[in-house]
Formats: sequence, structure tokens, C-alpha cells
Amino acid sequence: MRVNSRLTATLAGVAILGLGLSACGGDSDDTGSADGSGGGDASEVEVFTWWAAGSEKAGLDALVSVFNEQHPDTEFVNGAVAGGAGSAAKDLLQSRLQTNDPPDTFQAHAGAELQDYIDAGQVEDVSDLYDEFGLTDAFPQDLIDRLTVDGKIYSIPSNIHRANVVWANPTVLEDAGLDPAATYDSMDDWFTALDAVKDSGKTALSVATTWTQVNLLETVLLSDLGAEGYSGLWDGSTDWTGDDVTGALEDFEKLMSYTNTDRDGLDWPDATQQIIDGQAGFNVMGDWAEAAFEEAGKTAPADYVYFPVPGTDGTFDFLADSFTLPVGAPHPGGAKAWLETVGSPEGQAAFNKAKGSIPANTNADTSDFSDYQQTAIESFGSDTIVSSLAHGAAVPVATLNAVSDATSKFTTGASDLATYQSELASAVSGS
Amino acid sequence: MKNRFRRFGPPILLLAPSLVLMAVFVYGLIGANFRTSITDNHTAGQATGRQPVSTVWFQNYVDLLKSESFQHSLVNLVLYTAVFLVGTLVIGFVWAWLLDKPVKGEGFFRSVYLFPMAVSFVASGVVWRWLLNSNQDESASGLNRLFQMVGLDFLQNNWWNNVTFGITAIAIPAIWQLSGYVMALFLAGFRGIPEELREAGRMDGASEWKVYRYVIFPELTPIALSALIIIGHMSLKSFDLIMSISKPANYQTKVPAVDMYVSKSSFDYANAAAIGSILLIIVAIAVVPYLIKTNRQEK
Repeated sequence: MRVNSRLTATLAGVAILGLGLSACGGDSDDTGSADGSGGGDASEVEVFTWWAAGSEKAGLDALVSVFNEQHPDTEFVNGAVAGGAGSAAKDLLQSRLQTNDPPDTFQAHAGAELQDYIDAGQVEDVSDLYDEFGLTDAFPQDLIDRLTVDGKIYSIPSNIHRANVVWANPTVLEDAGLDPAATYDSMDDWFTALDAVKDSGKTALSVATTWTQVNLLETVLLSDLGAEGYSGLWDGSTDWTGDDVTGALEDFEKLMSYTNTDRDGLDWPDATQQIIDGQAGFNVMGDWAEAAFEEAGKTAPADYVYFPVPGTDGTFDFLADSFTLPVGAPHPGGAKAWLETVGSPEGQAAFNKAKGSIPANTNADTSDFSDYQQTAIESFGSDTIVSSLAHGAAVPVATLNAVSDATSKFTTGASDLATYQSELASAVSGS
Repeated sequence: MKNRFRRFGPPILLLAPSLVLMAVFVYGLIGANFRTSITDNHTAGQATGRQPVSTVWFQNYVDLLKSESFQHSLVNLVLYTAVFLVGTLVIGFVWAWLLDKPVKGEGFFRSVYLFPMAVSFVASGVVWRWLLNSNQDESASGLNRLFQMVGLDFLQNNWWNNVTFGITAIAIPAIWQLSGYVMALFLAGFRGIPEELREAGRMDGASEWKVYRYVIFPELTPIALSALIIIGHMSLKSFDLIMSISKPANYQTKVPAVDMYVSKSSFDYANAAAIGSILLIIVAIAVVPYLIKTNRQEK
């Protein structure tokens, strides 16, 4: 018995020693040093994206075929990770960057979402590449401004999407006594139309899980506050606790009352599908929805119609995907080759035509793009550009998560409007 | 000295690999996790060591426990665990009790009841998300549609989309999956009670109820306790089922494990670690007394 307990004590001691040792192990040093910017291994390039299915995959494939033409010596390695609208990929990317095992280049939303990677010192300044590839004048200044932090540009945009678009089913609208070609000047006008659809027994406005509700919220804020007021929400010049924000949140609350009750279990394709199937009248979604309509074999304006969210005509609620050069990329030469193709007019034309978005490079040939894309290109050239909240262009991830939490709490009925407003205010000011 | 080594050496050498692995990968990582949780490591810059990290001791814990949304997660966890535990124990016990009687096709029923356990939570979650669709009346589907078809319209409800009790709807698939396992545990317990004990009771004039009350239940107590601990710690750590039915951002189904995931993915490593430690402590509160008790019994 005595032997036994002594043995146990020894073993326990060993265990504690091990615990202490490993706890002292400490943080890994910051060894993510780059190979410098000159040349580098160009034998292959691992491209990390969440473009694994549908129109996104089609776009990536088109881009790769241009890449193979332009850089036949560099082998393309597809590092696409599927799942959760990019969240699975971002999680994996986070741990890979943390362990200094970055891919050669990765996809990131342009704007504030990049900020985390910049703060963490995980992406290189690629300003030089803009000069080298002659891209500085090819991209609109509005876009470059949103990619620039302290005078440095950290990524090369591949495509541009618009988030403030309403999609509608003309048959459902006609059944409700509405003119499918009508557009609406303000939220109030739109409410009348939504009431009509609701009375006809269909879902007036289809929406999906939290992030699509945040997408809806941002377009309502944009509609009620105007482009300048909306942009002011992110730089502090618009007061989150003001009466005009309260008014916008009231409109948002009213809009949510028109929506389907199973929204929290759905993702955006399900909500868009309700428009395609004629179960719902309207839906607010970014213009990647265009690809879903096309895939279903639908044509505008016979099968679906689209227009800017009421009150946001003349404003382009923007988000863009872009590619980076991670610090310590194993094949920096390959990454640069990839970035060159991404930025080139040929690469942008091929990629965006297939993905349904519009090219960021204004030199890209867009003559054979679809009707919707033509209107989007035109709007992007003439409209006021604002950054999207739901897609990481306006605020960093932590702020977006706090906004999403507050929104989910409000739309499930766990908080009232005043609480919601104050939670939004503290979410944004906490950033 | 040599003599002592002969006595202690071999067992220590044999145990060493697993001890070292445990020390590093379990206790070492718990220690590292705890250390992160007492820092202000809330941003991406700090996570990679580009910005200074300072120790704030228990500030993160205090802030978390004070925050309304984390309290909501804890309440959800308690509700979920209570329903999950009661559901599996009651159903598992009743099934075991029924199968303990000599029934035809016992093996068949046993397999049927046990089978859901073979399905992964993620896979069954996808199906249950559809079954637990919250649409009602015309647009209803899943269970709500079934209620309509059998004329039980009043039973329709919005399942996991209820703000207060939504989380208990997610306990339904969990109960469905693990009741069979609890049944297997209880069945083994029933079979372990020698027939002589029951007969002795009956000889002494005990009624059937009294046989259960004074003979069978006391024999089953250790089994019930094991089931309680196993299901309880599974429930406290529950994450995959909730994630595959609901979404991480949905307020109505938040639990600490989901909060931890959300914090981690927004580079808030300190809060993620603090939530992890809180979960560990909650599980420890459930498990440690049990371990102490079994340890004493073995002695």
C-alpha cells in the first residue's frame, strides 16, 4: 500500500513537472520573415479560396485557364476550401497563418476585413506590383482608396459585387396587382407593394440567416441615411444613437415583419430559390444572386426583375474579392505570377464573365457580358460608392460579429429597438 | 538503489510515453489555454505577437460572466442539458425495462434503438434542420406538416427559433441519438442483477413494486450515475449538432461552445480561451465528484 501511494505521488509529480515545462514553453517567436520581394520560387502557386462550387468555381476555372496561358511554367495548385460561405476557409486560413504555413496567395474581401491580416503582419505590401503590372490607373480610384492603408496597398482586387439589389418574381407581383416593371423611390412606397404581396398569400420578402439580415439592414441604413450618412456610420461622423438611425431601424423592423419565419435555418441560395419558385415576391441580395437565376435557366425580365433597393438608386453598395501576397509564402514568384493574371484585363474579363460579377480593371473587355452585368458596370462608373457592412468592406471581422449578434438578438425578438440601437452603437464604437 | 529501480523502473518506463503525451497535450494545453485566457489578447495583431499582450488576470472572466449575451448562452446550456439528460435517461430506462422482459425479437429492437447512435451529429443535424422547420400553416414542412396531416395543428410551433426555449428543440435529436445508448447501459445493469436476488425478495413477500424499489433500483444506481456523467459531459460540450441545425450567429441557439468558436474566428483569442476554461470548469464540477466517489469505492 505504501509503495503504491509513493508510486502515485511520483507519477503525479512527473505529470505536474510536464505541465509546468510546457506552460513555460511560451509563445512561438515571430519568425514569419519574408524572402524579400525579388523573384522567388515560381514553380507553383497554391491559391487559397472558398470558390469551390457553382458560379464561383466556374469563375476560378476560367481564371486558371488564362493563368495557364500567361504563365505556363507555374503550376496552379487549387487550395479551395468549401463550406459556410467562406467561414470554413477563413478558419483554416487563420490557423495556417498562425503556424507560419501560409498558402502562396489567398482570397480576402477588400477593405476593413484585410485590416486584421495587416495588423497581424501576415500580408505583404504589394504597391510595387501595381507599378510593375501597370495597374495603378486601371482600377477606379474609389476602389484603390479602400485597399490602401497608410499609403500602402495590400491586395489586388479580382472582381466587384453590388450588395444593394432587390430581386423579384414578376408573376408573383402581377398576381398581387403590382406592375413588375415598377421601381420604388422610398421605403414607404415599397411597404405598400410588400403589403400587396403579403395580402396575396405569398411571402412578401424572403430572407435567410443572420448575415443576409445584416445585408438587408445595411441597405435600409443606406436608403434612409443616404450615401454620406451611411458612410459616416463607419468613420464616426454619423451618430448611431441619432433619430435618423432609429427611423431606419424601425423600417428594418417593419421589413423583417414581411419575411419568412424559417429564415434562420436558411442560407442565401434558399431565399433566392423562393423567388425563382414563386413562393416569395421580393428578396434583397448581392448580385451574385444573378448567377443563381441563370443556373436555374431563368431570363430577365420575363422570369425575374431586379432594381436597386428603394431609396438607394445612384449608390453602389460595394464589396470586392482580392488576392494577397502572404508574408513567408513558399512560392512568392508563383504568387506574383498569379497576381499579375488576376489584375490583367484578360484574367478579369474571363473570371467575371463566368462568376457574374464585374471587373475591377476598367480595361477589361466586357462587351459580351450579360445584361445585368452591363447595368452594374454602368452604375459602378457613375454611382456613389459605399462599402458593404455584411461583407467585411466597412468594418473588421470583430465588429461585424458584434453587429451580427445584435441583429440576430433583435430579429428573434430577444431585444427591443432601443436595445438593438444601443448594441449596434457599442458594437461599432468598440472597434 | 538497484533494488528500488527494479521495483519502480519498469512500471514507470512503461507508463512514461503516455504520461508525457498526456502532460503535454492535455494538461500542458490546458495550462496554455488558461494563460491565454488571463491576457488581453483580443486582436489579430496581438495574436501574432506584433502588438504587446499584457496580463489582465480574471478581467475576461468577469466581463464574460457579466455580459448579458454570455449569461443567455449559459442559460441555454443549462436548459439544453436538463432536457437532454432527463429525456435520454427516462426513455433509455423505459426501453431497457421493456426489453428486460422476455420479448420476441429482442435483438431486433435493441439494434433499432441503438442504431441512431451510429449516425454522426452533423449528418443527423442536416436532416433534423429540415424536420424542425419553423414555418407553420400553409408553408409548413417537416414535423409541423406532419402535425397538420394527423390533425394536431395546435402542436405546431417554431421549434428552435423560440428565443427562450428554442435550444430545447435541439435536444430532441440529441435524445433521439443517445437514448439507445443509455438503454444499452441500463439493459446491462438489469442483466447484471442475479435472478436469485429478485426471487429472494419475492420470497420475503415483496410486491413487484417493492422488488424494484428496494432491490433493482439500488443495483442500478451506479449505472444511472455513469449514464448521467457520460450524457452530461457530452451535453455540456455540445457544439456540432447545434452548428449543423442552426448557425453560429443565431442568438436563440447560442451556447458557450458556439461563443468560443465565434470569438476564435474574430481573432479574440483571450475570450475564446476564457470561455474554454469556463466550460472545462463546468464539466469538472460534474465529473470530479464522480471520479472521487469511484476512487473511494475502489479502495
